[in-house]
Amino acid sequence: MIKISNLNKTFVLNSGNVEALQDVSLHIEQGSIYGVIGYSGAGKSTLVRCLNLLETPDSGMVVINSGAPITFENGVPFQNGSKMTTKEQCNLRRQMGMIFQQFNLLDRSTVYDNVAYSLKFAGRSKSEIDKRVKELLQLVGLSDKIDVFPDQLSGGQKQRVAIARALAANPKILLSDEATSALDPDATESILRLLKTLNRKLGITIVIITHEMAVIKAIADRVAVMEDGRVVEEGDVYSIFASPKADITKKFISSASPLGKIDKLLSEGSELVQVKKGEVLVKLQFQRDTVGEHLLTSVVKKADINLNIILANVEYLHDSPLGGIIGVLSGSPQNIQKGLQYFNDYNIKVEVLKDGRIDETVDA
Amino acid sequence: MDALMKQWTPNLYLYRDKFIQSLQATFEMFWKAGSIAFVIGLFFGILLVVTKKDGISKNRPVYQVTNLLINIFRSIPFVILLIFLIPFTRALMRTAIGVKGAIIPLVFGTVPFYTRQVEVALSSVAPGKIEAARAMGSGTWGIIFRVYLHEAVPELIRVTTVTAISLIGLTTMAGAVGAGGIGSFAINYGQNQYNQDIVNVCVVVLLIITFILQSFGTALARRTTNRSLFPKRRYGKDA
Repeated sequence: MIKISNLNKTFVLNSGNVEALQDVSLHIEQGSIYGVIGYSGAGKSTLVRCLNLLETPDSGMVVINSGAPITFENGVPFQNGSKMTTKEQCNLRRQMGMIFQQFNLLDRSTVYDNVAYSLKFAGRSKSEIDKRVKELLQLVGLSDKIDVFPDQLSGGQKQRVAIARALAANPKILLSDEATSALDPDATESILRLLKTLNRKLGITIVIITHEMAVIKAIADRVAVMEDGRVVEEGDVYSIFASPKADITKKFISSASPLGKIDKLLSEGSELVQVKKGEVLVKLQFQRDTVGEHLLTSVVKKADINLNIILANVEYLHDSPLGGIIGVLSGSPQNIQKGLQYFNDYNIKVEVLKDGRIDETVDA
Repeated sequence: MDALMKQWTPNLYLYRDKFIQSLQATFEMFWKAGSIAFVIGLFFGILLVVTKKDGISKNRPVYQVTNLLINIFRSIPFVILLIFLIPFTRALMRTAIGVKGAIIPLVFGTVPFYTRQVEVALSSVAPGKIEAARAMGSGTWGIIFRVYLHEAVPELIRVTTVTAISLIGLTTMAGAVGAGGIGSFAINYGQNQYNQDIVNVCVVVLLIITFILQSFGTALARRTTNRSLFPKRRYGKDA
């Protein structure tokens, strides 16, 4: 469990102050996969670094697992009323694993020694370490690479080693900082699948930082969208995808959905999206209970209109379908109006992108 | 061998005992001053990297004082340093001449250079590795020994080689305080007595030493890049 309250962090640079975190509050449930998305510079990396104190916030409070709240005053962490010592901070970090975009393995250590890194702190016997390392390598599917040096591994394999290393000390939380951003699509998919498996199997809380909505879509339960150091939107992934509120969220979602292409087509003035007078270009969005061809057909039939589909997509988020169609409605003005009404009645979200009934610029 | 030497380098043959002595003196200065400078330079190099602005244990005063001292001693030409340090050497070693008197100035001449080299070598360790170690709960000492000094080994070998070669160069100047060595042998018995063959042999000997040091360093650096020198095999072994 992670509780973040009113975190603030300002970087003082020669070029001016950068407000990396502004009053950020989040609650991350134990055992969930929590995504934080934003463009670079949005403050998402700073946010995770504040969780394991690689960065100290200027003010605010953080609660990690069942630990006492850690409060920050002028960039100094306090716990139980006194200043946290370096040792206490190190101990806190050991409760969390972290993986990185560039893997950050030790190049001069074998896979075994990399994974064993955090186990070599006091109090573990050689055979205990040995057993644990082998267990972890089995977990990430790299048992046969135990003696190999990182430069002989692919990106995906390196990230697996990094995951094993991060899990070595049995943390309850795994922080992932753009862990798939340097990987090819296949490796990305397999790493995401591995993270999901670990989450289910070990019950580990995973905080994922990314700039790719596809990553959030693939494994996150909840998501926070960050912009300029603030959380602009937060919620469970399905509802964020189904009805995004903030502009930046919409932008992220359209980047992850084939329907997002329409914006490009519209701005390019493509042939595909030209509407004649009286026609309407619409975006229909289906949700959990409204996905299904028959609704569409019945509306078209009932209203006696035509629907010319330009783009269509249905996908599954947490086993719930989410889909949409972009198409041109044609027919008599009354029928089109009726059709739009029926869509509304069926709980299908309708967005008119271009209206040939009123737009003077549309060709006759 | 004797006959060959007599024929090709008659003057060297005449002073062969002196030649062996001067080689020994060079060797003694090299390894004594070298090992002291190695330890001190490594220490200051680590100190600079750790206390610098983005270092793992930032400490502005320590960094600036160290940095200043190193810059000062780097700016003094070695021959000047030799004579400048005479009182200090005398106080510390009870003599300012001979091999014993040369060790202190050699250390002072080498440490600033080596410190800078170590600083550069350690700075080549990717910041991400440091961050990963911090995230795993390593403290300052853990990061120094398990990340910096571990990951920078090939670079450290390279800069140590460069420094060792420059130290050989410095020992040839130590003749100025009567330390002997191959440099003063070349001047006193070669140049000053018009024995060109002695000078030539000294050049060749120095070339060979440099060549051996460089080849050894390069090979060792290559063997330790992305590898440990003696990796353990664990595959198939059970605890």
